[in-house]
Amino acid sequence: MSETVEATVKQICQACGNDRTRMMDIVRAVQEKFGCVSDAAMDAIARTVSTHRVEVESVVSFYTFLSKKPKGQVVIRVCNDIIDRMHDVGRVAQAFSDALGIGFGETTKDGKISLEFTPCIGMCDQAPAAMVNDVVVTGLSSDSAWSIVRGLQEHMDPNKLVEHFGDGNNSHELVRAMVSNNIRKAGPVVLAPLAAGDALKKAVSMTPAEVIREVKTARLRGRGGAGFPTGMKWEFTRGAGGDKRYVVCNADEGEPGTFKDRVILTECPDLMFEGMTIAGHAIGGDTGIVYLRGEYAYLRPFLEHVLNERRAQGLLGKNVCGKQGFDFDIRIQMGAGAYVCGEETALLSSCEGLRGDPKNRPPFPAQKGYLGRPTTVNNVETFCCVARILEKGSGWFAELGSKGSPGTKLLSVSGDCKTPGVLEVPFGITLREVLKVCGAEDAIAVQVGGPSGVMVGPADYGRTICYDDLATGGSIMVFGPKRNHLKTVSIFLDFFIEEGCGYCTPCRVGNVLMKERVDRILDGKGEPADLDYLQQLAETVKLASRCGLGQTSPNCVLSTLKNFRSDYEALVKKPTDGMQPAFDIRAALGAAEAVVGRKSAHFGA
Amino acid sequence: MSDTITFTIDGVEIQGRRGQTILEAADDAGVYIPRLCAFKDLSPYGACRVCTVMANGRPQAACTQPIAEGMVVENDTEQLKKVRRDIVEMLFVEGNHFCMFCEKSGNCELQAMAYRLGIAAPKYPYLNPKREVDASHPDILVDHNRCILCARCVRASKDLDGKNVFQFIGRGPHKKVGVNAEANLSDTNADVTDKALDVCPVGALLRKRVGYAVPVGKRLYDLEPIGSDIEAKRAGQEK
Repeated sequence: MSETVEATVKQICQACGNDRTRMMDIVRAVQEKFGCVSDAAMDAIARTVSTHRVEVESVVSFYTFLSKKPKGQVVIRVCNDIIDRMHDVGRVAQAFSDALGIGFGETTKDGKISLEFTPCIGMCDQAPAAMVNDVVVTGLSSDSAWSIVRGLQEHMDPNKLVEHFGDGNNSHELVRAMVSNNIRKAGPVVLAPLAAGDALKKAVSMTPAEVIREVKTARLRGRGGAGFPTGMKWEFTRGAGGDKRYVVCNADEGEPGTFKDRVILTECPDLMFEGMTIAGHAIGGDTGIVYLRGEYAYLRPFLEHVLNERRAQGLLGKNVCGKQGFDFDIRIQMGAGAYVCGEETALLSSCEGLRGDPKNRPPFPAQKGYLGRPTTVNNVETFCCVARILEKGSGWFAELGSKGSPGTKLLSVSGDCKTPGVLEVPFGITLREVLKVCGAEDAIAVQVGGPSGVMVGPADYGRTICYDDLATGGSIMVFGPKRNHLKTVSIFLDFFIEEGCGYCTPCRVGNVLMKERVDRILDGKGEPADLDYLQQLAETVKLASRCGLGQTSPNCVLSTLKNFRSDYEALVKKPTDGMQPAFDIRAALGAAEAVVGRKSAHFGA
Repeated sequence: MSDTITFTIDGVEIQGRRGQTILEAADDAGVYIPRLCAFKDLSPYGACRVCTVMANGRPQAACTQPIAEGMVVENDTEQLKKVRRDIVEMLFVEGNHFCMFCEKSGNCELQAMAYRLGIAAPKYPYLNPKREVDASHPDILVDHNRCILCARCVRASKDLDGKNVFQFIGRGPHKKVGVNAEANLSDTNADVTDKALDVCPVGALLRKRVGYAVPVGKRLYDLEPIGSDIEAKRAGQEK
């Protein structure tokens, strides 16, 4: 048996050139082959690619789709993010559990099916949803959970679970997904047609400096959330010197409540690849990497097909668009279930075959990125904007949107609304207008920017989506009447605790401590001083954390303390007996009372 | 381009060399910036965040942030002292630290840091995690209860010993120091002479049979607070 492992691992490593920077591909392939990356497999990988075994284990133990212990032939991953919980995923989960006769985190006795929870899989507009291996199933009910299990027990083929396909390319023969695009509002920049090559041909007729100037003139800023000016990033990357530079596309859309990149990848991959190729010309790079989140693995064959078509059309490969000396190609790097890899330096670590730990800055990726070479990392949507700017001109683009934020923004709207889905809106649109389009006029709160963003109430619905007001990577979660904001915060903190890398103290410990106190308040054991405690704690985590994850994880606490303070105040009690409400004197005395065999004389009542 | 860089820490002008971090330049100048994961001879890591300073108004880890001409660094301010206390308290409640019977007591940087920052008891609740002890090696003890995940042993084993005995495994609150073997330290090539054993700031990585050898009163931080050696340099320079 172990000889088979050794031999297969060797083959897998060889297919990756025995290159340890390709560790993600190696361990993913081993996981797929054996249902785990066992001790024997880790030893074999370490020997084959000349690294240390603990380095392999370090990577395997970091990503949730990889495991040391064997998993079932089929793994059902039920999404339990906030939106799925609002859509009663609890009943679906119970049905899966009942039908399989196992709990979450367990595998059936015959070793065939494992059941797990997973954070947001980018399907909030069709929640509750789950992944069955790479196959996505959406709009689940307890009935469909039972029939999925029955189907698997019969044929063990996740692909057979998909009986009808979604709209657009979801029904493409290489996608065949039941996922729907739910495009509620198309716009002129991203969700509009493009003839492949139109923008690129214009770009290669210009000098790199001219391309960068065009992007700068359009005042394009990153669409992933941080909003860094794209042209400037490219200029730094180009100016960083060296003989090799990289273009990396961040398609690790993991912020709960965002799914707009999924729609772009399904419907406009040409636009995105075109933008990446233009970036390659601009910065003087010959390699592009799309870091695709593990949850979107079902889109990979289709994306590879689009890349092949582009190669055949001369839009990738040697002398792109006939431009002598401009060689550029793109490969897809799969992730394996780690939200933190959406942070650009963590993403680069992952691409290099390491744990998804963010890197220290400086140096910035533009100076020293992938494998130490200058690298520009941009969001899926940003690359789409680039292609459109080159096609239509920076003047056309700058006319769209608001004064400080030109262009459009894709929003992913989900939660308590009639028509969840993707909207392409001009920057400067008010939150109220967005809610109206989605049939969410009775919202009592909106989470703008996902768990790392802010929660606002009706008083703020007149505010606008743009870089200078409500900045967002695109996640808009709507909360209707009856939703409990503190419970939402508790769920968000759970997410950050599980998804943090654990590198720095404030984020690793602080999120756990914030959740402890929020839960204590929810439990009716909070006191007024806890509000200040939470505020102080959140401020320390925000100030001292090492990367964007820890710097933004306290936002859910800080913004609810500010905008929904009365929700906290209603739950905390002023102690009247001089005792701390969180202190349960009876429970504390219990053990001692059991020993002496009588109740306390003072507190026995 | 001159190799000398002039900047200020809390209003005091400091000369550093190009390429130095804030922490290195401060150390040379006899200004102590509290730290736990940073260690001379090891590459900067930026994990504990105790050395957080404000550099031109932005929070940065002094151990990883390079100095720049005219940079204004705030170090010994009320705001930063509070942040550092919070972080050190987090480390205390995250693990299981019982100073009264820990053989590192008096030589422990975490304990000394708490004293220096004036922490009597943490305001946060103890998390009381269940952690393992690996006593498999004949000469070395690993007590994960006291580990603060500073990566000093990881870096030292790799960069100074050339061995890679240690590396982190797991993520988030499940993160811990793993060893280069299926289970135990005794299955690795760790040796009692490894430099990795000299760098642990706490009692997580210890040589066996040498505990309590130094009596109270003669241990590293019994008489002078942590950082005094660095501050003594400045006192010397001013004379």
